[in-house]
Amino acid sequence: MSHRVRINPIKCEAHGMCAELLPERITLDEWGYPLLDETPLHGSQVEHAIRAARACPTFALLVERERSARSGRARAPVPG
Amino acid sequence: MMNPPPSTLTEAPPTISRQGAPALPRLLAGIQAHGAMTLDEHLALHGPLPLGSRGRRRHTSEHAAILLEEIERSGLLGRGGAAFPTAIKMRAVAAGRGRAIVVANGAEGEPASLKDRTLLEMLPHLVIDGGIMAAEAVGADELIVCACESAGASVESMERAIEERSRSASAAQSPKLHLTTVPGHYVAGQESALVNYLGGGEAKPTFTPPMPFEQGLARRPTLINNVETLAHIALIARHGAPWFRQLGTPTQPGSTLVTLSGPVAHPGVYEIEHGASLSSLIDAGGGTTARIRAALLGGYAGAWIGGERLRGVALSKEHLAPHGASLGAGVVLLLSEDACPVAETARVGRWLAGQSTHQCGPCVHGLDALASAIEEVAGGTAQPRASERIERLASLTTRRGACAHPDGAVKLLLSALETFESEFSDHARHGPCDACSRPSELPLPARPIAEEASRRTLLR
Repeated sequence: MSHRVRINPIKCEAHGMCAELLPERITLDEWGYPLLDETPLHGSQVEHAIRAARACPTFALLVERERSARSGRARAPVPG
Repeated sequence: MMNPPPSTLTEAPPTISRQGAPALPRLLAGIQAHGAMTLDEHLALHGPLPLGSRGRRRHTSEHAAILLEEIERSGLLGRGGAAFPTAIKMRAVAAGRGRAIVVANGAEGEPASLKDRTLLEMLPHLVIDGGIMAAEAVGADELIVCACESAGASVESMERAIEERSRSASAAQSPKLHLTTVPGHYVAGQESALVNYLGGGEAKPTFTPPMPFEQGLARRPTLINNVETLAHIALIARHGAPWFRQLGTPTQPGSTLVTLSGPVAHPGVYEIEHGASLSSLIDAGGGTTARIRAALLGGYAGAWIGGERLRGVALSKEHLAPHGASLGAGVVLLLSEDACPVAETARVGRWLAGQSTHQCGPCVHGLDALASAIEEVAGGTAQPRASERIERLASLTTRRGACAHPDGAVKLLLSALETFESEFSDHARHGPCDACSRPSELPLPARPIAEEASRRTLLR
């Protein structure tokens, strides 16, 4: 079972707490929004990621458990 | 001043057919110059819809299985722009928990596309038939037809068609039919935005998952199909998958509707088979009325094909992929030699930034910064290394939104920068050209994002 971080971009308001608390996985872009390394987290990072997610003022940071190799992440399709 | 394509077909649409291939039109068969095809005319032309008998559960589920099988074998791909296999989407909805619901998506926010409103206006019963078949296939008891609120004629025509259906003999066998108008901004037809709007929210994308096919409207599995996709299903249900595959290419079977615009004698909606040449489409449109610089395929999430590369272009996935292009929702827009592609791109870039629903930071800031960077190049005021800045902004803006609007916008802008590279570097060095002040050739409708758009729903 692997974990990874994900952002809800609609909720995110660029507070930047996540980059403070999980710098090994999250940096900020020029507007203050997080850039994520979404590859699976290493063992000890999971705890830090969960702490960062709890600290996010808008609960925009998610720590997701990979359900299966198949489930993948579905993205909203192109408009139209 | 804009130069918008005509809002309706003014004459019977010409069609294109490969030598020896079964004749087109299919969808556009029997279309009249003015007014919708009535239910009687529709049935006389296409014959009755092969319905399973409702109420007999076993029979109904067998019919659903046969329909799904047929749609799968047809190889039908969605016609809303993403070209996703329709059968896969339907199977996911059919397998979902709870009673499914079908949404016929005619929002058509793409400024250069008219095919959906044309179908709703001229051939409403083909769309309804397809919706009824889709409902049978996924076990839905409701069909919601969505039309763009700015396309008044299509809304009225669909209202009348639903009214006709309610008086027809097969009304009892049909799912409940509703008609809803949706706002006209660019992303209103995006699936999650549509579900959000139909559920009483704003027509803005939501964070997924859950995807609409798992948990959509009223948390029910929701099948959202483009209205043209449904129209094809109406014919596949009648004539079968082998018939459908007699036209088109192996990976993209069947015919498709295309909106041709720009400097051609007869811009409008045409039905072609996938794989038809671009030049045959232009011929069908009466030929060009100016020298052509480039063609935009797939609309404002699409890509440009320029100059000499246009020769020999065929309109199908496999033929367009080497050009980094696709038909998208069937948009073919020609740009004349007279227009300045740099000024046109700068205007489109600003328009696309304005079509952000202002929910996701990277989309809001990224598209705005990209638009500004391109405007600076167009105005000759760009800093040195502007292209590096644009590349960086493009990567910062891509794949970071809740929907694919920023991705599509970036794709188009990068394609313009590549296709019109020499024009862009001329502008960067010497500033605006004489053609910069010409009126825009590309349609950029003033459709402000409606916070609370009016909504009309017809219940049957």
